[in-house]
Amino acid sequence: MNRSPYITDAPTVSIIMLKVLLALVPGIFAYAWIYGGGIIITLTLATVTAVLAESAMLKLRQRPVKPHLMDLSAVVTAWLLALALPPLAPWWLVVVGTLFAIIIAKQLYGGLGYNPFNPAMIGYAVLLISFPIIMTKWPAPLLLAETKLGFLDQLQYIFGHILPTGVKVDAVTSATPLDYLKTQRMLNHEISSITQAPIFGVLGAKGGEIVTGAYLLGGLYLVQQRIISWHLPTAFLAALTATSLVFYAVNPAHYANPLFHLMSGASLLCAFFIITDPISGPTTPRGKLYFAAAAGVLTYLIRTYGGYPDGVAFAVLIMNMFVPLLDAHTQPRVFGHKP
Amino acid sequence: MITSIVQFASKLIRGNDVALPLPLADMHKFNGGVHPAGHKEDSTTRPIGKLAIPEKLILPLRQHVGYIPKIKVQVGDYVLKGQMLAEAEGNVSAAIHAPTSGTVTAIGKEVIPHPSGLPDMCITLTPDGKDTWGALQPLDWRNTAKRELVASLRLSGIVGLGGATFPTHIKIGADGKSHIHTLVINAAECEPYITCDDMLMRERADEIVKGMEIVQHLLGAEACIVGIEDNKPEATIAMRDACKTIANASVKVVPTLYPSGDARHLIHLLLGTEIPHNQRSTDVGIQVFNVATVLAIYRYFSFGEPAVNRIVTMTGNVASPQNFEVLFGTPLPSLIAAAGGAKTNTTHFIMGGPMMGFDLPSGEVPITKAANCIIAASPDLFPPPPPAMPCIRCARCADACPVSLQPQELYWFAKSDNFEKARDYNLFDCIECGCCTYVCPSNIPLVQYYRYAKSEIIAADMAKEAADLARERNDFRLARIEREKLERAQKHAERAASAKAGDKKTETTKPETSSSEIENPATTSSADDAKKAAIATAVERAKAQKLLATNVADSPAEKTVTAETAKTSEDEAIALKAKQDKQAIIAAAIERAKAQKLAAAQAGVAPKNIENVSVAVQAEINETDAIREKAKQMIAAKAADETL
Repeated sequence: MNRSPYITDAPTVSIIMLKVLLALVPGIFAYAWIYGGGIIITLTLATVTAVLAESAMLKLRQRPVKPHLMDLSAVVTAWLLALALPPLAPWWLVVVGTLFAIIIAKQLYGGLGYNPFNPAMIGYAVLLISFPIIMTKWPAPLLLAETKLGFLDQLQYIFGHILPTGVKVDAVTSATPLDYLKTQRMLNHEISSITQAPIFGVLGAKGGEIVTGAYLLGGLYLVQQRIISWHLPTAFLAALTATSLVFYAVNPAHYANPLFHLMSGASLLCAFFIITDPISGPTTPRGKLYFAAAAGVLTYLIRTYGGYPDGVAFAVLIMNMFVPLLDAHTQPRVFGHKP
Repeated sequence: MITSIVQFASKLIRGNDVALPLPLADMHKFNGGVHPAGHKEDSTTRPIGKLAIPEKLILPLRQHVGYIPKIKVQVGDYVLKGQMLAEAEGNVSAAIHAPTSGTVTAIGKEVIPHPSGLPDMCITLTPDGKDTWGALQPLDWRNTAKRELVASLRLSGIVGLGGATFPTHIKIGADGKSHIHTLVINAAECEPYITCDDMLMRERADEIVKGMEIVQHLLGAEACIVGIEDNKPEATIAMRDACKTIANASVKVVPTLYPSGDARHLIHLLLGTEIPHNQRSTDVGIQVFNVATVLAIYRYFSFGEPAVNRIVTMTGNVASPQNFEVLFGTPLPSLIAAAGGAKTNTTHFIMGGPMMGFDLPSGEVPITKAANCIIAASPDLFPPPPPAMPCIRCARCADACPVSLQPQELYWFAKSDNFEKARDYNLFDCIECGCCTYVCPSNIPLVQYYRYAKSEIIAADMAKEAADLARERNDFRLARIEREKLERAQKHAERAASAKAGDKKTETTKPETSSSEIENPATTSSADDAKKAAIATAVERAKAQKLLATNVADSPAEKTVTAETAKTSEDEAIALKAKQDKQAIIAAAIERAKAQKLAAAQAGVAPKNIENVSVAVQAEINETDAIREKAKQMIAAKAADETL
């Protein structure tokens, strides 16, 4: 029988997913530092929900549970969703989003490898559409909040919606810079005056810049490890920069500068961890470039003209729909074939 | 060196439709490739050993690509070393020679080293231990006509020893269609574990270079380039030294990157020439030979020695891995024993390398011309792959594919039996090198899927061809049956007519003319004249008959008889006329069909006799035509695609 090759040298899917999780760790640390330990609770909650949902679905679908759980893809989905949610989101929001991502967006389509849309972004989009107020209410960074919530306070808030006595919700939450920018721009305020607000840092959101920087670090690790190809983050960030630069150049008083767009919202999380999902993304190098560039442009347009503060989730989901088309039309030239 | 390159380049520029290779200054990389652990040093620490003559030699007839050679000996024959046991049959075939002197003790089916594991015809030789050569006829290749040399090479039994085992005389006896400007010597040996070419170059570089000279002469190639991977520095030095003795030969080091030893990829690495997927390297003026093959050619012309042995790497899970010069037909156990024996946890043996080799059906098979390497396998060396997981579309396979295919797409198509799509995605450009499987994080046996898809497509193509032929035959058969029926009816009618004609000439004339009228509507005017004449004679005859009748009318009895006969003949005549009218129509139809057939033949279309067939048959034929037309359009569309 001819069953060659007899040797392999590849990281298994589990190793790949583990490295993705590892690359998220700096971002999580920065997050916890800036917004408090509540994110650990959210992450745990999402992970447990994802694992349970995945196991139950695998059982129902009569698939071997252990090897599929061991691939850690459900945990990656859970983490990405948890990191996209507001840090003090109520527990049920996390659970509902994770369940939707794992059960509907992933398992009902056939499980790992068969989902046409990014499960984490489906979960996020469903929550954003269903609960827009909660989803856009972020806690103020700890260094800005008038009242600093401790870990236990955050735990209580997540599970019981209970704040320490005497603390009002407004004292701990605020709009995100992207959200604030959007509402203020509608009031025809100038960018220069808008960014004077305390929630703005040097480049993006105050404190958020550090989290973003940590994501960049993790992302570069993934590129170095060849877990993700350079095409996707490069094209995404380049397109986002270029688009915002065009608008900024035309009217700097009305449009935020490119650096702000790079450092705000989920730009870098998206560039390195979300559009790089191989299953719902294109496979050809050229396809990856087009896919990520279009997602970058869409992100900017949704941020600037759409109804939601950040456009990453919808940009990615919209581009997911074009993947079969991109793959089919960006086939590389085969060796020995004419271009 | 540089001047020779410039000369070579200018020659290439002058060549009209030959693709111009880029300057040799830098390497021309191909997409992907992998770096598996070499394991070469396992078997390169010891020199090439010589294996003792075993107790018996089993020589499979099928050791090469092509037709099975014709056996020339019988059981009980005593043969000398180098004596031909089976001669090449047809052009694409290679002879089998006695690897040593001895007696033919059996001719029958034995298990051969083939992935199928099926037994095949073998000649079993029991050596007498004397190893006596038969009469050897060296050839002075410099002063012999090329045609003669090639014809002689057909008797040598030499085939490509790199593993492809294509009869060498065909590769040398160029078809004359294209001029070979460059001879590439494939010494890349990119597969892990295999070191037979490496050791051969280290120890016998002089002989290899002499072989290169001969092949270069035979091909009329201006240049000769040896391509060696950079993990063989000793071989490179040896070959560089040896190459100094001949003109226009150079050694070029290529990076160690599997599969650089694939002929098309090696050519690309060395010359920058990408051979079009639907052409051979000879179409662009390049011919590739393995080092061991050119050495065999040298031995054949200089000493008259046919192909009786080769170097085999015996490695893997054995005590002392080593290369051996092994007589063809040597049973595997002798080789394993020579390498110190297989370790206890050996599970089976692999022929070839770990990337493209295959499991030997048993540990008893003989060494053949294709056997470049035997690896003793153990679970430690080659652990069984973990169960395959779903494809996550990570495209590592696409990154690794040296042909720039999209293995993940091909996998989907093969898995869902979507073979047409797999073909569209250039499945047949896959060289089955195994790079995709090697890098797959989901442990999907991708190459197996492609082998499966390819075999299914080939089988389907063959079945379709057979079905097309059968359908065409059936069309003809139905048409023929109809035609024969008509012809029979006509003959029958003719016979009946001729039977009556003696008595009733008067009546036959008219229908005959009418039939001729239908038959040749173009010649109506001349037919009319004939008709008038015929009518005149008929009238004449009738008159004479009438006269006769009146003459006999005197006798009443006779008269009644005659009247009666006249009456019956009249009835008969009517019936006959009807019959003959019909017959005339039939004859006309046949004529039309004939004319159509002729026209079709002239137009180059397959003739169709669909004129006089029943409605059902007609419908079926129409349907077939529709299918055929559709197929034609599809082929045309595909051809158009390919030209894009």
